[in-house]
Amino acid sequence: MSSLFDLVISGLATGAIYALVAIGFTLLWQTSQTINFAQGEFVMLPAFLMLAVVRAGAPFWLAIIVGALLSIAILGIAFKKLLVDPMLRHGVLPLAIATMALSVAMKESVKQFFSAEAQPFPSIAPSGSVSILGSPVSLQSLGVFAFGLAAVIGLNLFLERTSSGRQMQAAAQNPTVARIVGVPVERMIMLTFVINAALVALASLLVTPIYLAKFSSGETLGQAAFIAAIVGGFNQVRGAIIGGLAIGVLDNLAAAYVSTQYRAAVPLALLIVIILFRPEGLVGRSEERTV
Amino acid sequence: MKYVLTAGLALLAAAYAGRAFAQDIELVDVAELSGGGATVGTNFKNGVDLAVEEINAAGGVLGHKIVVAHFDTQSNPGVARAQVQKALDSNPYVLLGPGYSGSVKVTAPLAAEAGVTQIMGGEAAELTRMGDKFLFRTSFGQQSSMPKVAKYMAEDMKAKTVAVVWVNNDFGKGGRDTIEKEFDKLGVKVVADISTEAGQADFAADVAKVKASEADAAFVYLNEEESARILKEFKRQAATIPLMGETTLVGQKVIELAGDAANGARAHVGLTTDAPVESIRAFRERFVKKYNYVPDHNGIKGYLAIYMIKAATEKMGKLDPKGVADALHGLTIKAADQPGILMDVTFDENGDIDRQGFLVEVENGRQIIKQILPKLH
Repeated sequence: MSSLFDLVISGLATGAIYALVAIGFTLLWQTSQTINFAQGEFVMLPAFLMLAVVRAGAPFWLAIIVGALLSIAILGIAFKKLLVDPMLRHGVLPLAIATMALSVAMKESVKQFFSAEAQPFPSIAPSGSVSILGSPVSLQSLGVFAFGLAAVIGLNLFLERTSSGRQMQAAAQNPTVARIVGVPVERMIMLTFVINAALVALASLLVTPIYLAKFSSGETLGQAAFIAAIVGGFNQVRGAIIGGLAIGVLDNLAAAYVSTQYRAAVPLALLIVIILFRPEGLVGRSEERTV
Repeated sequence: MKYVLTAGLALLAAAYAGRAFAQDIELVDVAELSGGGATVGTNFKNGVDLAVEEINAAGGVLGHKIVVAHFDTQSNPGVARAQVQKALDSNPYVLLGPGYSGSVKVTAPLAAEAGVTQIMGGEAAELTRMGDKFLFRTSFGQQSSMPKVAKYMAEDMKAKTVAVVWVNNDFGKGGRDTIEKEFDKLGVKVVADISTEAGQADFAADVAKVKASEADAAFVYLNEEESARILKEFKRQAATIPLMGETTLVGQKVIELAGDAANGARAHVGLTTDAPVESIRAFRERFVKKYNYVPDHNGIKGYLAIYMIKAATEKMGKLDPKGVADALHGLTIKAADQPGILMDVTFDENGDIDRQGFLVEVENGRQIIKQILPKLH
């Protein structure tokens, strides 16, 4: 029983990270029709930016701040202006393909200019364990889950309770009408990209101490987050949250009770079932487009 | 016109004559320079380069300079095979690597068919049981090391039940098969047999299974990066089960990646820069001076491979790529005669090695030697 409890807790911790990354997917899709196949690499890069700052002699707390700001500048503003804006004019598919190329470029750049080997990365979550219901539970897992949850709650509060958040939602739902009523749509879209960059930087800070900093660490994360976004509902932020947590727990339970070899197949099988029987996702809305 | 032609021919002859006297010893190193095995291949490459630099600075081998080209297998056996084929097309004196046993398994037949000696880093038992007369190890095969591990776990750790965690590739399968046979001979029961995947990032489920098995000890046999991740997971889940491995679990890079999660882990190692051997300490200093980090056992393997070639070539007294394998079979190289070999070593007819080994435990981020296991012959 304690092993099931361990698995659920660590699954929720991993799922919180998937949720952060999946929320970024959904926000970018909703506001700008961007499917970012480099999202996994967006989680990988901030860790290396932080490590580069540490190597330059800065303390870790400063590296986190500088790394986060650099992530926002590169993965938010530069990504929007230099890739998304020029490519979106040609349609959603060319943009999606361009993000695939970006993914490869990012991986190879880190491999070339930093290292092909894994690097250690300090954790901001405390080490040690605490007893819950008689089972030792990792403080790191609880910390990751708590940080992830705080970010999600913070984001929800921003979207629901602030003027900017409501304007972002308006721009996502109907940009034409939003413009008419005076919402600065372009600024709201840019804000979405900045929020995505901040979310992936946070995800990077939480997951890299566990997975280690490596140029290829974005591959599985990106895939898991993509599946989570689709399973939950690609056009709903809460869908991304539910999808992320569900995939995190399911992955752990599959590894423990089905097989480690086939653990990756279980979320993929769920993805196929969802696409076949509920393509809008667990809590997503059906969308129709005139073609 | 006649004079121009004569002068041209004379120049050409001089160039060829010069080439004959300055023939380089051309080696190709096919290693895991990226992918999951990047730690393995990068260390191996750096060890190779250091040895080549030292030998060339001292005048080369029989007056011939060593030149080495490095090819990346991307830790993928399919790519390794293609890279070895490309390497063999250039007729290398000796082929070095790969480090991953799965890659060695698919590349060895190519090298054997070409009659090129291959000195590699793989440890899977089956590699030297394929009847390949051109393949040589730089470290103990699993058939040598696993009996020592099993004996230590049964007698020193007093384990009656063990959990075996292994990586699902040729290296891991070979190690698991060999150790479970040894446990069986010693009456130690395997209560959990847990396979993991190469490149795996999340070990929460696997550690939970080890804890649930309530084994007396766990034998953990993964590649380097995965070893670091599982050690961190054991610490995260506050698992107190004693951990034992074979070389990879306590490698220098693993200790660096796992941090204090590596403390307490024990392993049998054939090669360690923490060994109380003067030549190894000196090698470690030279390596750190050149590369600014402490090498793991793969760095030592790459270094030794070059000195093996040097010893074999000096034994022959001439450059004969086809004769290197015969020169190595049955050869004992003493560290007193060939300091670069670091410890006395003997090669048998299968390409396996006999050399002293060590039982180590990680304390405060260092490998502490607990026992020295002497050379058998």
